[in-house]
Amino acid sequence: MPTDQTLIQAEKVSRQYRLGETLIHAVNEVTLDIRAGEFVALLGSSGSGKSTLLNLLAGLDRPTAGAIHVKGRDLAALDSIELARYRRDTVGMVFQSFNLLPRMTLEENVELPLRLAEVERGEREARVAESLERVRLGGRRKHRPTELSGGEQQRGALARALVNRPAILFADEPTGNLDSVNGEQILMLLKEIQGSLGMTIIMVTHERPLAERFANRIVVLSDGRLVGNGAQS
Amino acid sequence: MKGRDLTELAVRNLREAVLRNSLTTLGVAVGVASLVAMLSLGVGLQTLASQRLNKSGLFDAVFVTSRGMRGMGGGPPRQNPVKREDAKPLDQAAREEFEKLPNVTEVYPQIRFFTEVRYAGTSYSTNVLGLPESSRSTGVFDGITGKTFSSPSAEEAILQAEFAKELTPQPSTLIGKELILRYAEKQTSSASDVAKEKDIDKQLDEMMSGGISIVSKEKKLRIAGVIESDPSAGIGGFGGGKVFIPLQVAEQLHVAGPNDVQEFVRAGGSGKPTYMALTVRVKSPKDVTRVEDAIKKMGFSTFSLLDAARGLRLVFTVFDLFLGLFGSLALTVASLGIINTLVMAILERRREIGVLKALGATDGDVRSLFFAEAGAMGFFGGIFGVALGWLIGQALTWGTTIYLRRQDLPGVKISFVPWWLALGAITFAVAVSLIAGLYPAARAARLNPVEALRYE
Repeated sequence: MPTDQTLIQAEKVSRQYRLGETLIHAVNEVTLDIRAGEFVALLGSSGSGKSTLLNLLAGLDRPTAGAIHVKGRDLAALDSIELARYRRDTVGMVFQSFNLLPRMTLEENVELPLRLAEVERGEREARVAESLERVRLGGRRKHRPTELSGGEQQRGALARALVNRPAILFADEPTGNLDSVNGEQILMLLKEIQGSLGMTIIMVTHERPLAERFANRIVVLSDGRLVGNGAQS
Repeated sequence: MKGRDLTELAVRNLREAVLRNSLTTLGVAVGVASLVAMLSLGVGLQTLASQRLNKSGLFDAVFVTSRGMRGMGGGPPRQNPVKREDAKPLDQAAREEFEKLPNVTEVYPQIRFFTEVRYAGTSYSTNVLGLPESSRSTGVFDGITGKTFSSPSAEEAILQAEFAKELTPQPSTLIGKELILRYAEKQTSSASDVAKEKDIDKQLDEMMSGGISIVSKEKKLRIAGVIESDPSAGIGGFGGGKVFIPLQVAEQLHVAGPNDVQEFVRAGGSGKPTYMALTVRVKSPKDVTRVEDAIKKMGFSTFSLLDAARGLRLVFTVFDLFLGLFGSLALTVASLGIINTLVMAILERRREIGVLKALGATDGDVRSLFFAEAGAMGFFGGIFGVALGWLIGQALTWGTTIYLRRQDLPGVKISFVPWWLALGAITFAVAVSLIAGLYPAARAARLNPVEALRYE
């Protein structure tokens, strides 16, 4: 049931793929409301459709049926340029494999969304520094991704996701390539950001204990269907 | 994304795969170099031909005759010939009028006479020709042994090598020596001058001779130089001189010629000299038509070889077109290299494209980035190519000069890269590279971000 605080509203969202003769229902009629400032964990086994749902909510993909409204705007009605603007201005993304560009230094990677948003050069430096400080990587700005540990790379990716000050942060298995210590650090950082910036965080994970520990709500998917949606105490 | 950011990212991406991108850029450079070398050869040969023709004085000259003269200067016969008594005289006043016309550099008559030259006590019969002041600057004296005339009124002579060899087996020893010109001077007097003559016998003589006296004269001239080629070819005449003297000196000699009586009658016995023909030199061949029209309006007949020059320009334009086409073939091959490099780059950078799109890059941003990379390869390839093409041209000029020197001929610059060719070649290289980048850029822009991010 949508309320005044509803930021994301997914209504009977479906995403089908055709693989040869077979039609795959990656996401099947999922209805979900997410309020502003919530930390939602999308939980499910491999192939349950959680990453597909995340991509649909993040505007990286379009649903084959249903509607997704973010801040009252229907993502399906946006053209490709408007959808790119939505990803640039409203959304921040963190991936399992970090996806920092290896040819750039850490600060250049973090600066990239600001270049795309055509932010003035003078302002960029301060915002990159602020973002790197927030993830405690101020001293590694001139390093290339290959010179950083996995945890540092993911923190760098987080700094890049935050630099445009998005309303929603999407994290696709952010701890999947990290050991437990680094994984926990990343989630603590996400929790800290949610608290300090009031950011809405939607995280895909298959680790229930971590989800239970850090998320406000757990949404469970199985075979593309929503099978559980419960708030954490 | 802003243009500056786009350029920075494109150059950074090119620097990362430095070997592959350098080789592709080198391919473009070789293509541009072949284009520039071919066209610079065409331009150089055209410039060389134009310079030689300009030096000949045939294409920047208007030959003027009085309308009463028939067929002078080789012009076509007129359908309605002007009666001689109506024709405007081609005299000193007309010459001064021509000199005042815009873009006219020089107006001079052709003075050529057959006479006797004495050197070291021996007489030789030869042709003497007056050379205008402009001949000193047009390069017709290139390769001269000794010097050209020290001034327009210098009492000096330049000998044609063949004639100089008749004087002495070692022509270079003639320089600075003196030779004597023996000629018949014409002295004209008007009817009133004849009447003033107190000596009745002289008065009768002058009346009998139509007011013209012929007096034998001598002129000492210092030999300034000896030249192999014929500097008079084209300068208002068509060669044939053996001894060359400054035109001003030749005019002051008032050498009697076979047409003097006719000329005296044409002047109406006024004693004012008229010219058979005058050569009007203009600043450049493009001024010929305007000057020719102005002189025609003044009531004179004109003739120029401009049509021949136009035909020559057409030949060179076609020549340049073919050279350009052959040169462009190499650039076409190079453009395939660009397509290959960028398609490979898309495969390698699939994930990067996905990341860019996830961060908010539009299809246009991705397309522009690949476009900028193609353009940068074209730009740098173009610059290197122009430099390489210039070097090839220099090498060709160098090789040709060595060959010509071995044949005892002066060296020539057969290759020339004008600014428009350099700029045009770089622009062309960028344009070809951008066209080559169209397909890869469109392919990169079309990539689905989810699939691109999944790519390992």
